[in-house]
Amino acid sequence: MNGALLACEGLAVRFGGLVALDALTLEVRPREILGLIGPNGSGKTTFFNVVTGLYSASAGAARFDGRDLTRMTPQAIYAAGITRTFQRSRLALPLSIFDNVMIGNQRRLDTRLWTSLFRRAAFRRELAENVARARTLVATFSRRLAENLFAAVGAFSMIDRRRIEICRALVSEPRLLLLDEPSAGMTHEETRELMDDLLAVRERLPGLTIVIIEHEMNVIERVTERCVVLNYGRKISEGSYAEVAADPQVQEAYLGRE
Amino acid sequence: MLARLAGARTIFPGLVTVAACAVYGILFLHAESQIELFVLIALGLAGAWLAARQHWGERARASFSAHPRTLQASVVVAVVIALAIFRGEHFPLLMLATVLLYFTACLGLTVQFGYAGVVNFAGAAFFGIGAYTAAVLVGHTNIPHALVMALGGLVAALIGSLLILPVLRTRGHYAALVTIAFGILFRQFIEVNDALGGPQGLQVKGMNLFGWELNTPLGIGDEEFSFYASYVLLGLVLAAAAYVFVRRLERSWAGLNLDAVRLDETVCAVFGIRVERWKIVAFTFGNLLAGIAGAAYAQMVGFVAPTSFTFGDSLIMVSIIILGGLGNPWGVALAAAIVVVLPEKLQVLQEYRLLLYAVLVIAVLLFRPDGLLPRRTREYAPGWRLQ
Repeated sequence: MNGALLACEGLAVRFGGLVALDALTLEVRPREILGLIGPNGSGKTTFFNVVTGLYSASAGAARFDGRDLTRMTPQAIYAAGITRTFQRSRLALPLSIFDNVMIGNQRRLDTRLWTSLFRRAAFRRELAENVARARTLVATFSRRLAENLFAAVGAFSMIDRRRIEICRALVSEPRLLLLDEPSAGMTHEETRELMDDLLAVRERLPGLTIVIIEHEMNVIERVTERCVVLNYGRKISEGSYAEVAADPQVQEAYLGRE
Repeated sequence: MLARLAGARTIFPGLVTVAACAVYGILFLHAESQIELFVLIALGLAGAWLAARQHWGERARASFSAHPRTLQASVVVAVVIALAIFRGEHFPLLMLATVLLYFTACLGLTVQFGYAGVVNFAGAAFFGIGAYTAAVLVGHTNIPHALVMALGGLVAALIGSLLILPVLRTRGHYAALVTIAFGILFRQFIEVNDALGGPQGLQVKGMNLFGWELNTPLGIGDEEFSFYASYVLLGLVLAAAAYVFVRRLERSWAGLNLDAVRLDETVCAVFGIRVERWKIVAFTFGNLLAGIAGAAYAQMVGFVAPTSFTFGDSLIMVSIIILGGLGNPWGVALAAAIVVVLPEKLQVLQEYRLLLYAVLVIAVLLFRPDGLLPRRTREYAPGWRLQ
């Protein structure tokens, strides 16, 4: 597994009798876009939750840069350079776009109470820097959003919220970005637009590695370089989109046995 | 030059609002007969309705956000003018000082509940801890009274830290129950503890700040001021300081993280925010403010007893921060004034005044579910969006 950015070995997650992930062995290579596909309940989101430290693994290891993520807190995993989006958009709706993006920027912010209460000049310098940073980042997705940086997120449409969520995950310049079904609840046209934006961002951040969970097969075909297919928590196929799409096991998982 | 003129014009709605509220407040405190009061209440409701129709709130808000310093100063001036008008009258000045101290304590609760989402149904208990700390320290030691106030806050924060573990481990209704239980525990403990005066409570001497005896009436020229005037000044200083610090907290990355903790703990964890840390910060900060206000209150009224710090009083504090508009300090100020003064002025209605108060709370939450002055998105610094 040399050269892998993230290497999982025998990763398992059990909830009582339910096996959500079953001895998953998988590697994510530096700078690739890996598609994670599979029917509902096949363990894709569970995989993200265990990699980001929200679930603890029942067995196995997930090595990121030589460190085992299964032994780290979500906070430490963030600091190591892994961020994500959520299947059902989880933005802080009453807060502004800027505030939401800054939640993802913890790595850079001086959040100490002393600075907040007594060193206002230092805080304002940091603020000005970060407003510029957020504006540039958001503008790569949408100029209109960048112009409304201080409007509450609750007022925006689903596609805009996805964009903001991706900005929140990107602002800290992570090494690994986990996208959990970015097209959920969007039209084909919106999905295409979002993927264009994503590919454009990748051009500008060449060090970025992405794992994307997706049900839209044309999205997978278009953006991913490699795919892993899960079913009942197990890896059933791996390879390029054309390869996995041709795999009879995959067809069976999606369409059922004849 | 033109820009300056335009800038001067935008301050107008803010000044008018402050002046109108000040005049109304003074008339209300001054009103003697119940007929006067009902006319004033009717006028107030009509005025509020008209202001809402004309979207006056938006203009006032824009004005406050463009000229925060001047308008905040104008509020302080308005309180001082009220002080000068009432001079020798005890009751209105006691009301004014009580509003200022309740405002201070409720700002603490705002940090806890409004920002971090940590419910605290024991606000009156923490206020009471500050009050009893002051009573004991003033009675038995020679510690300077300014320090006593600070210690009142510290003891409240320290005792609060005993509650932190159960508060961190529980969520929502369960966390609320933990604080309710603590509030009842506090009251029962005070009631049965003879060293703390039991049900009769304790006498507390008046305050002496750096040689200034607050209970000696101030005299300026021929005019003699009520001794409560001194406490209005003290309350004003405490309230202003609390306002400044709570504002700074809100307008910082720390404030952003408090909001994040309230809104989604999972997202916090994924982006490196330590949820427990921020809950502890908010809880401690809030109890500190409540304790300081309580200590000042004890020396002002000269007496502490268990019946002043009941679960009902805690509920009143929570209703102040919700009625005002969760997380908005100006909303807290407005609601504190209404909730403290209205039941006192409606004494003639006797028990029915509480009924009327309950109706008011329900009506506000029915017609303005986000409170009287809802909080808006964060502005990190005065007028900073313009740059």
